[in-house]
Amino acid sequence: MSTLAIQTHPSQTTRFEKNAATREPNWVKYLLLGISLSFFALFLLLPLIAVFTEALRKGLETYWLAFTDADALSAIALTLTAALISVPLNLVFGVAAAWAITKFEFRGKQILITFIDLPFSISPVIVGLSLVLVFGVHGWFGEWLVANDVKVIFALPGIVLATIFVTFPFVARELIPLMQAQGKEEEEAAIVLGAKGWQTFWYVTLPNIKWGLLYGVILCNARAMGEFGAVSVVSGHIRGETNTLPLHVEILYNEYNFSAAFAVASLLALLALLTLVIKSYVEHKISKRTNG
Amino acid sequence: MTFKKRLSLLPFIISAAVTSQQLIAKDITLLNVSYDPTRELYQAFNPLFIDYWKQRTGDDVTIKQSHGGAGKQARAVIDGLQADVVTLALAYDIDAIAEKTGNIDSNWEEKLPNNSAPYTSTIVFLVRKGNPKNIKDWDDLVKPDIQVITPNPKSSGGARWNYLAAWGYAEEKYGSKEKAKDYIKQLFKNVPVLDSGARGATNTFVQRGIGDVLLAWENEAFLAINELGPDQFEIVVPSVSILAEPPVAVVDKVAEKHGTKEVAEAYLAYLYSPEAQGLAAKHYYRPVLPALADPKDIARFPEIKTFTVKQKFGSWQQAQKTHFSDGGEFDQIYTVK
Repeated sequence: MSTLAIQTHPSQTTRFEKNAATREPNWVKYLLLGISLSFFALFLLLPLIAVFTEALRKGLETYWLAFTDADALSAIALTLTAALISVPLNLVFGVAAAWAITKFEFRGKQILITFIDLPFSISPVIVGLSLVLVFGVHGWFGEWLVANDVKVIFALPGIVLATIFVTFPFVARELIPLMQAQGKEEEEAAIVLGAKGWQTFWYVTLPNIKWGLLYGVILCNARAMGEFGAVSVVSGHIRGETNTLPLHVEILYNEYNFSAAFAVASLLALLALLTLVIKSYVEHKISKRTNG
Repeated sequence: MTFKKRLSLLPFIISAAVTSQQLIAKDITLLNVSYDPTRELYQAFNPLFIDYWKQRTGDDVTIKQSHGGAGKQARAVIDGLQADVVTLALAYDIDAIAEKTGNIDSNWEEKLPNNSAPYTSTIVFLVRKGNPKNIKDWDDLVKPDIQVITPNPKSSGGARWNYLAAWGYAEEKYGSKEKAKDYIKQLFKNVPVLDSGARGATNTFVQRGIGDVLLAWENEAFLAINELGPDQFEIVVPSVSILAEPPVAVVDKVAEKHGTKEVAEAYLAYLYSPEAQGLAAKHYYRPVLPALADPKDIARFPEIKTFTVKQKFGSWQQAQKTHFSDGGEFDQIYTVK
C-alpha cells in the first residue's frame, strides 16, 4: 500500500544499466517489458476501450441522454452524496488512528492495525449482510428503528455505512508507514517549545503528511464511488432513490439498454481516470519531497 | 480552527440527510417491489395509472420501482424495504412476507380476482435460431450434450416455476416421484450457470452466448426475441407446461403507515382495467381478461397445455416445503452433482 515502495530510483537503475557485469541481457529486458505491456493491453486497456466504444455506438446524443435521464441524475447525486459523507469521516478516522498507532505506545496496538485491515479481507457482500442483520427490521436495532421511524437499510444511511466500511482502511493504511518513517521527534520538539496539541498537529504533523493524506483520500474516494457489492445488498434497488451509479449500470444492462449502461459505466471510468491523474500528480509531489 | 468548525457540522449534515429521506417517504409515493422480468411492463403501466389517478382525485402520484429475483425481493421486504405494494413471481413469496412480518393480511389472495393474479404466464424454451440441437420437449433437456440455462430456484421465482414445470412433466410421464427426481437431477447436471434472477439467466443465454436452451417465462422469451433480434432465437413450446400466476398484494401495514393504502389498492385494482389488460398482453403476459386486450396481441400466444401448482403439488406452501426449503429436494439433487 505504501506509495514509497513503488518509486523507482533513476540513479540506481542507470548505474546498473551501465555496468556490463550487472546488466541483464537485452532479451530479458524486452521479454519482461513485452509481457507486462501485453498484460496491460489485454486486461486493462482493451476493456476500457470496449466500454467507450460500446457507450458511443449509438452516437453522442444517446450518450448524453443516458446522463440527463432523471434516474441517472439521481444515481449520480446519490453516489456523490455517499462519497461526500463517507470520505471525510474516514479521513478523520484515518488520521486519528494513524496518529494513535505511530505516536503512542499502548496495549493492543497490533490488534488495532489488524482491524483496520479487516475491510480489505472481508467480502463486501458479507459487509452488506451484516448491516442487514444489525439494522434490518429483524436485526438487533430493528425494533427501535421501526418505533422511531428511522430508516437505515434500503436508504441513504445504509449506503453510507456500507461505503464507510469498505473504504475504512485507505487513509489510515497510507498514513501509518509514512508517519512511522517520520518518527515523533518533530512533534516532541514542538511540544518542548510550548506548542499545544492542536497546534502541533496543525503546524508540524499535517504539513508532513499532507501529500500522503491526499493520496489516501483519493483512493478512498475512488473506492467509495465504485463500490458495488456491499451497497447492492443494502440498497433495495429503488430507482431514482437508492440506486448508486454502479447499481444503475447493472440495471440498465439488465434492461437491454446497453448503450446507456456503457455510457454510465464510461462516466465511472472517466472518474477513475481523473483519479489516476490526480494520484500521479500527488505521487510526483511525494517523491519530490522524499528525494529532494 | 475552520477545520474543527467543519468537523462539528458533520452530525448535522448526516441528520439532515436522514430527515430528507423521511420527507420523501411521506410524499404520495408508491414503492412497487417487483420481480425481474416485469420492468418493461410496469414502466409502461405506471404512467397510465398516474394519469388515471390524477383524473380521479387530482393528486399526483410518483411510483418508484425496485426489481430483482423474486425470492431476493421478498427477503428485502421482510428485512424492511418499505414496499407499499409487492408484485412478485409467485404466491409463496407473498405468503412468506405475510408470515414473517405480519404486514400483509393473510387473506391477500382473495382480495382481487383470479387469486390476485392479474396476468398469467407459462414456461417455454428459448433456443438458438434453427434449433440446432433439435430440442422439442422436456425429454430433450436431459440429453448428455445439452446445456440448459435456468436461474437458481432458491432466489428466483421464475426458476421455481421452471423446476416445477419440469417436475410435473416428469412425474406424469415416468409415473413416480423417484423417477421425477432422477429426471430433475439429470437436468440440473446440464446447467452450467445458476444466475440469481430470471433476467440474469436471460442475459447469460442471449448476451454471453452460453447454453443451448433457456428455460424462461414466456414473456421473457418474447422480450429477448424482440429486443435482440428474431433472426437469432426462436421459441419452442413443450408438450405441457405450468400455469404461472404472478400475484400482487398491498403491504397493508406499510401502506397504512405511509397513508397510501387507498392509492395502493387502486393501483393494483387498475391492473384489471381494460387499459392495463391490453398493456399486459402487449408485453406478452397473458391477461386474465383476454377479451379486454387487442385480439392481435392475444393471437401471438401459442396454444399450450398447462397444469397448475394446485393440481400437481397441492399448494405453493407445500411445493416450497418439499422442493425449495433447506434440505428439500432441490438441495438433495444439487449437492450430489
